[in-house]
This record gives sequence, structure tokens and C-alpha cells, in this order.
Amino acid sequence: MSDAPAAQSPWQTVTIARIEKRTPRVTSFFLQPSRPFAYRAGQHVDVRLTAPDGYQARRSYSIASAPEAGETIELAIERLDDGEISPFFHDIAAVGDEVELRGPLGGHFVWSDSDGGPLLLVGGGSGVVPLMAMIRHRAARRSAVPVALVFSARVWDEVIFRDELIDVHDRRDGFDLVLALTREAARRPSDYSRRVDAAMMEQSMLRLPAPPRFAFVCGSNAFVSAAAQALIDAGVPANLIRTERYGV
Amino acid sequence: MVTRGFSSGRKPPTDADARIPPGQYLEQGFPVLSAGPTPRVRTEDWSFTLKHGPRPIKTWNWTEFNALPLTKMTRDIHCVTAWTKFDTAWQGVLVDDILADAGIEPPTAFTLALSFDGYTTNVPTQDLIAGKAMVALLYEGKPITPDHGGPARLLVPHLYFWKSAKWLNGLQFTERDEPGFWELRGYHIYGDPWREQRYTGDP
Repeated sequence: MSDAPAAQSPWQTVTIARIEKRTPRVTSFFLQPSRPFAYRAGQHVDVRLTAPDGYQARRSYSIASAPEAGETIELAIERLDDGEISPFFHDIAAVGDEVELRGPLGGHFVWSDSDGGPLLLVGGGSGVVPLMAMIRHRAARRSAVPVALVFSARVWDEVIFRDELIDVHDRRDGFDLVLALTREAARRPSDYSRRVDAAMMEQSMLRLPAPPRFAFVCGSNAFVSAAAQALIDAGVPANLIRTERYGV
Repeated sequence: MVTRGFSSGRKPPTDADARIPPGQYLEQGFPVLSAGPTPRVRTEDWSFTLKHGPRPIKTWNWTEFNALPLTKMTRDIHCVTAWTKFDTAWQGVLVDDILADAGIEPPTAFTLALSFDGYTTNVPTQDLIAGKAMVALLYEGKPITPDHGGPARLLVPHLYFWKSAKWLNGLQFTERDEPGFWELRGYHIYGDPWREQRYTGDP
């Protein structure tokens, strides 16, 4: 994989160009940069807000859009009730508002179609966001790299990007979606109604024509710990597994 | 640039302000971050090697390493993902005491911390000595859990916390400042939180 150091990327002002609700708790914000912004699927940005008294808060958010998607950058932000930045986005931010952004950041949890595959992607909740960028990048490039996404959510209505993921799955061009709903019955034949485990990983890997060349796992710390262990128990070598964790 | 409609929310008490580096917020929990799965290193399989370049200087097993002088260090820690945690309480072996047990002075100005999972991070040698850094074995009086880097992790509390390598199994003195894992992937070569040296090229 390409792991070149990121060039210095100073803060820039971006404008909220569009807002789209994804699930009851997740909303996408499409940000228009003031300067050209090139990035790789899987990278993240830092967002900074400044209060009138000078107080600043900053958090990292993964990019959901593909690098080929055009000028705006999509961030899919989950509302955390005790958060500092996500309540601002959900309750206050409006189209036309400006925030500050720095990036793209991160050179490890990234994938380009030229890196090859097969790819096994495992996401929990809003951990699907950087994986979505990879799936969209693959689609934009018309890549034939086989990809399986195991996506765990509590219920069907909290499956972020659900319709788009099912659309891509239904193209039958080498992308397979496996949903693991933890608090609701499975609705699709390929889906599960339980937390991710080693058996689910083994079965999901059978959807790929060959063992995965890379596995990307993103979600809360508890989810990533469990999912990474499930992958190892299913026989995926630890050095192929890349993780990104958030939360306490 | 003031953000429309954003007001100071989670403001720390004034006396804590001075302890929070720029761009950081105070965190009560202890978030876990790592680039890959958590290695489960058994203490019977654990070893620690001091190296000068490729040449091993001395290796300790778990029992031998635990027989070295233990020092307590309670420090604020600062993660590049913007959380700061106050008063984390560690016990471990100062790098000074490791060098003393090996009977050497630091042979070079740069050091690479090495981990069981292949992770590396570079730290100038002078940031590791004179009581500034340790190989931590206990957190809040208990063995460090695997997700926080146990059995042993480096603790360099005055630098961003990615420098405090988890699952440590060695320190390697190098002739040049050799970028480690994150330093090759967009993160700062030194990582001083008070100068907000987060990413490659930050002044």
C-alpha cells in the first residue's frame, strides 16, 4: 500500500453545502472546501469549531465520500448526546455555515483499487463510514476487486447507507453485503441476527473468491476488539488486519 | 474564525486550563487506539531487548525485568486524537535504570521503540533519560491490560501518546532519527503536544 507521508495540511474554511439525514442518529454533511482537496478512501479529517470566547473544540471524522465524488466531502456524523461537536452539527449547523477543517489525515487505514484485494471490511455502527468511502471508490473506479462488507448495526433502520449498499450488492459485480443486526431479526437471506463472531467471519469470507488480502475493521473500541479477534479466530493473519477505533 | 452558534461547552475549570495543551479536551475515560488487533503477549513469552543498531546489547525475560528498580510516575497524557487525561498512575522501570542494568551510557542520540506487533516509534534518546520515560508494567497498581499495551508499554508522557508504544519488546539506539510507524504515515517526527506537533510538517 502507498504510505507516503501526508503533506502539511493547514486549517481551511469549508462551507456546509448540503445536509442529508441518514438514520435517526446519523446525518451526512457535505462540505465544500475553499481549496482543492485530494484524499484517499479511508482517510479522515479534523473539524474545528470556535466559540466567541476563543474556546475551540476539534474532533476527527472519517470521510464517507469517494475521492472521485466531486468537490464536496461527505462526513456522516453520529449524534452523541454528551458530545461537544456532534450536537452542534445535528442541532445548529445549517447549509451555508462555515466550519474549519484540516486534512486529509491518516496513512494506514486507506485503500485504493490499485492495492488490490480481495477485501474484507467489517464495520460497527458509524464505523462503516471509512469503509463506505472504499466501497464507493471501488464503484467509481469500476474495480473488479472482490469485497465483502460485514456491517453490524442494532436495527435495520440504523443501517447507515442501507439503500445504497443494497443497490451495490444487487449489481452482483463482486461486492457482497452482510448485515449483522444485534437487536432485530435478519431481513435478507445473507444477514444475521447476532453480534459478529468467528463463524460469521468464516462464512462471510466464503463469499470472496480467495482469502482476503486486507481486512479493515472500524467501530467502537469494544466492537473492533471483538471483530478483530473474530477475524483472527477465523484464520485471518493479524498482520493483514487494519483497525480504526473510536470512543472510550 | 468564530463558528456560528457554537458556544463553549465542555470547558474545564480554570485551574485545569493550564494543564491542557492547545487543541486538546479533558477526557475522564481511557480511550483505546491502535493500528491493528490487540496482541495477547503472555509474560512467559515476553522479553525485552536493548539494541544498538542491529546488535543486541542485553535481553531480559519477564522475571529479570521485574527485578529491576520500580518507579512510580503519575502524569497527564495527551493523545493526538485530542483527548488529554489527567493524573494517570503508572509504575515501571525508568529507561535510566534499564541502561544502568546493562552497564551502558546511551550510545546514540536517537532511539526507536519496538513492539511485539511490529509497531515502531522514534524518540530522541534525551527524551527517554533523566527520569523522563519508563517501561511501564502497572497502571493504577494493576498489570496493564492488553488493550492498553500490556504486559509492558513505553511511557513518554511529555510527547503525544502514540510515542508511548504498546506491547513494547525493545529499544533500539539508531545513528539517525528514523521515522517509526505513524511518523511514516503523516504524523509528526517529534510530537510535542504543547507545540501542537500533530502531523508531518507542523512547526
